[in-house]
Amino acid sequence: MLSETFAFGDSAIHRLDPRLRVVFAGLLSILTAILNRFPAVIFAVFLALVLIGASRLPVRQVLARLAVVNGLVLFIWLILPWTFEGTPVVEIGPLVGSWEGIRLCALITLKSNAIILALIALVATMPVATLGYALHHLHLPDKLVYLLLMTYRYIFVIETEYQQLARATRIRCFKPGTNLHTYKTYAYMVGMLFVRASARAQRVHQAMVCRGFSGKFYCLHEFAFKSSDWAWSSAMGISLIVLGGLEWAPIV
Amino acid sequence: MGADRLVIDLENISFAYPDGRDVLSGLSFKLDKGARAGLIGPNGSGKTTLLHMIMGLIPPSEGAIRLFGREMRSEKDFHESRKNIGLVFQNPDDQLFSPTVLEDVAFGPLNLGASPEEARDIAVKTLKDLHLTGFEDRISYRLSGGEKKLVALATVLAMNPAVLVMDEPTTGLDEKTNDRIVSILNTLDKTLLIVSHEYNFLARTTDDFYGIRDGQIFYAGESATLHTHYHAHAAGEVPHKHI
Repeated sequence: MLSETFAFGDSAIHRLDPRLRVVFAGLLSILTAILNRFPAVIFAVFLALVLIGASRLPVRQVLARLAVVNGLVLFIWLILPWTFEGTPVVEIGPLVGSWEGIRLCALITLKSNAIILALIALVATMPVATLGYALHHLHLPDKLVYLLLMTYRYIFVIETEYQQLARATRIRCFKPGTNLHTYKTYAYMVGMLFVRASARAQRVHQAMVCRGFSGKFYCLHEFAFKSSDWAWSSAMGISLIVLGGLEWAPIV
Repeated sequence: MGADRLVIDLENISFAYPDGRDVLSGLSFKLDKGARAGLIGPNGSGKTTLLHMIMGLIPPSEGAIRLFGREMRSEKDFHESRKNIGLVFQNPDDQLFSPTVLEDVAFGPLNLGASPEEARDIAVKTLKDLHLTGFEDRISYRLSGGEKKLVALATVLAMNPAVLVMDEPTTGLDEKTNDRIVSILNTLDKTLLIVSHEYNFLARTTDDFYGIRDGQIFYAGESATLHTHYHAHAAGEVPHKHI
């Protein structure tokens, strides 16, 4: 489940205004995703590494998270070079690897790592609740913000309920196999989870109504933009311009 | 005893489940201002239904609900009455929906129109009154069962209701938390209506108790006569008195 390993720390990044971090993470991710030139992409990776360095997160755990992403990237390397049309560079039996395919794979690899690293450094370094309030202050619609916050709040309750159901089957000697009995049992468990979740949603709503809820949410959190935030936002703005320049400046 | 002293006045209330099974049939119940009442009844006898009806969460199929002398007809009436009647749900996970304790306790005051600063102050003070100082930034789902219950109580007390209604407040709690809730309730100057299966708890927190059976409420005596049965007893299953 969500353990928020990186959320609590004391680094320059952790101290940054969450709104600034969310905005910069968004802009940097979108910009990185549409890059096409290697110098620009390499600069994006460099920026992400600088952010990770500044966030002082444990390297080993960051690498563990990257491994998950690169597992998917590996599949792209297994397929894309051999299916993308272009100048052939490698031939293994009937398979022809194209230069363009390899270039695209390299781009995808660098970009996805840069984006994930930037998100880890900027967004994973705040608790989900803070993320919710930051989005609220950035004028994301209330419904979406509270959908995020309530999902976060109740995902643990639903997990506990799932564990209860799973235990209840196990203590009665249920052993999953490839048979109808197993499928039926799992279908019942999933069905029961939905039933319980919807019943709980109703009770939560009733409890909110009892405390005077009438459809409007109020936010307690206020964020303050400090002078260090201004310094960081200038640096971030400049780095985005450099990144754009590397991508779109005409090659002389 | 004038009618203006009545905070809860239910008259001839009936309610049936969607499957047609009657839960409440012609139930009448009055609760005076300042009364401390317990309500005992078997599972499925309609206790929770009754509380939800008082809060306006489910409408009765028949009968009249009067709160603070006013007849409740619409959701708008109940929206007003909920400012003065607080319900603590049986399961605190239903009550605590905010990520942090402070926000949850401030939720009610914010709905009542307090500014964020006022709501924060009220929440901090309520937590302090319940000896929960330091819980403000705790994450609600990481609290223990007992802590959740106390915070759930705080979320309702923060709205300073005149009437406190509790649905099985002691379910699954250890003795220490139980004692804490008893001592909190005994310092409150509020009208109390507590549904519980725990005779000892009711004896310690309420003055009178009522039973609910066959869809009706009946006065069952003074709470001081309540006790747990450790011995076999012909009347052990129903409220009774030892003479």
